[in-house]
Amino acid sequence: MSRLLVAFFGLLLSWQALAAELIVSAAASLTNAFRELAPFFEAQNPGVKLQFNFGASGALLQQIAKGAPADIFASADQETMNQAQAQGFVKADERHNFVSNTLAIVVPSDGGNTPKALNDLLQAHYKRIAIGLPATVPVGRYAKSALEKSGLWSAIEPKIIGAQTVRQALDYVARSEVDAGFVYATDAAIMPDKVIVAFAIPTDTPILYPIAQVAASTNHAVGQKFVAFVISRQAQVVLAKYGFGKP
Amino acid sequence: MENAWIALSLTLKVAGWATALNLVFGVAIGFVLARKRFPGRDLLDALLTLPLVMPPTVLGYYLLVLLGRHGPIGGWLQENFGINLIFTWQGAVIAATIVAFPLVFKSARAAFEAVDPQFEQAARVLRISEVAVFFRVTLPLAWRGILAGVLLAFARATGEFGATLMVAGSIPGKTQTLSVAVYEAVQAGQDNVANFLVLVTSVTCITVLLAAGRLAPGRIAGQP
Repeated sequence: MSRLLVAFFGLLLSWQALAAELIVSAAASLTNAFRELAPFFEAQNPGVKLQFNFGASGALLQQIAKGAPADIFASADQETMNQAQAQGFVKADERHNFVSNTLAIVVPSDGGNTPKALNDLLQAHYKRIAIGLPATVPVGRYAKSALEKSGLWSAIEPKIIGAQTVRQALDYVARSEVDAGFVYATDAAIMPDKVIVAFAIPTDTPILYPIAQVAASTNHAVGQKFVAFVISRQAQVVLAKYGFGKP
Repeated sequence: MENAWIALSLTLKVAGWATALNLVFGVAIGFVLARKRFPGRDLLDALLTLPLVMPPTVLGYYLLVLLGRHGPIGGWLQENFGINLIFTWQGAVIAATIVAFPLVFKSARAAFEAVDPQFEQAARVLRISEVAVFFRVTLPLAWRGILAGVLLAFARATGEFGATLMVAGSIPGKTQTLSVAVYEAVQAGQDNVANFLVLVTSVTCITVLLAAGRLAPGRIAGQP
C-alpha cells in the first residue's frame, strides 16, 4: 500500500522533462497518417517528441489565436490558413501545400440506400445527413458550397446534422445514426467495413492541405525539420497509403 | 443574439424536463433507499451515484451505444414505435436527467433519513393511511432538503455539455443548448456571441444557486 502511495505521488510530481517537444496542431483528417509518421520523424531526430493536437482546422486556428503553444499548423483548406496568415500567425514564405484530398459522400454499409447523385439526397429515406459545421470544419464548407452550387443547400439544410470534426461525421455514418455524410475520401478509407463511398464530389477549389510553422513558435529549428519531413518522399509515401493525393 | 435566446429557451426546456423527471424518480428512489432495507441497497446507491463521478463523455458514450440505432434500447424503440432519440431534444433530456439524477436522490435520501419517525408514528396512531402519512407528514418535513437538491439538479442539467453533445449533437434551434452553443462560438472565433452566451449562462446559474442556498437544510426557521 505504501509503495502504491509513493508511486501515486511520484506520478503527481513527474513533470515531462523531455528535451524538445514539438506541438503539431493538425486537421482531424490527418490523424491516422500523422500518427504513423511520428515514429519515423522521432527516429530521425533523437530527443524530439511530437505532440499532436487534432481537431477541426477552424477550431485549431482559434486555439492558436488565443495563444495555444502550437509549433506547427496543418489545416485541411487554404481558407483557414489564409486567415492565419492574415492575422500574422504564420508567414507566407513558411507555408507549403503538402497533400490533396477528395470530397466524398458516404453511407452506412448496412443502410441499403446508396445515392447516385447529389439530387438523390432529397429523397425521403435520407432523413439525416452529417456534415462538418461549416463555421469551423473545412469539409463542411466544401460540402456546403457543393450543395449550394447544385442549388440543393436550402432543401437539404433541415436534414443536416452538424459535426465538430470530419471524424465525428464519419463516426455518425459508421454507427448508422445518419443516412449519409460528407467526408474526405481518406476518412472513408479508414472504416471500409462500416461505410461505403457512394461517389466523389468534384469541388470548385481543389482540396489542398497547407502546413506552416506558427510564427510564435520557440522551436523554429525543429519545426522547419518537421515541415521538410512532411514534404519529403518518405512521408509522402505514407500519406499516399492513406489515400492523400499529391499537392 | 437571437440564437442565444433560442439556445436559452431550449436549455430551460431540457433542464426543466430533466428536473421534473428527477423530481419523480429521485424522490421515489431516495425514499426507498432511506426507509427500506434490502440486499444490494449499498450497491444500488453506488450505481445510481455513478453519473456524479463518471466523466460525462463516458455517460454520453454509454447512452449513444444503448440508445443508438444499433443499440438494444434504441433499436427496440425504433422497431416498435419508430422513436429515435439520438440528435433530438428528448435525447438531450435523457442525458441531462441521468447526469443530474444523483443530486436529487442523494439529497432526497438524506432529507428522508433526517425526518423523525416519531411524527410518522403519531400520524399512524391517528389511523392515517400510509399514503397520506407520506404526503402529509414525511414529504412536507423533507421538502426543503429535496428542493435544494432539485435546484442543484436543475443547475447541473442547465450546464450539461459532454453527454448532451454526444447524444444530441449540436443542431441550432433543436438540440443546441447554451453550453454547446458557447463551445461552438469559441471554436468558430465568434467571441461576441460567446461572451453574451457565457453571461446569460452565468446569470442563470447564479440565480439557481442563490435560490438553492436559501432552501438549504440546516437553516433555523426565522433566520433569513
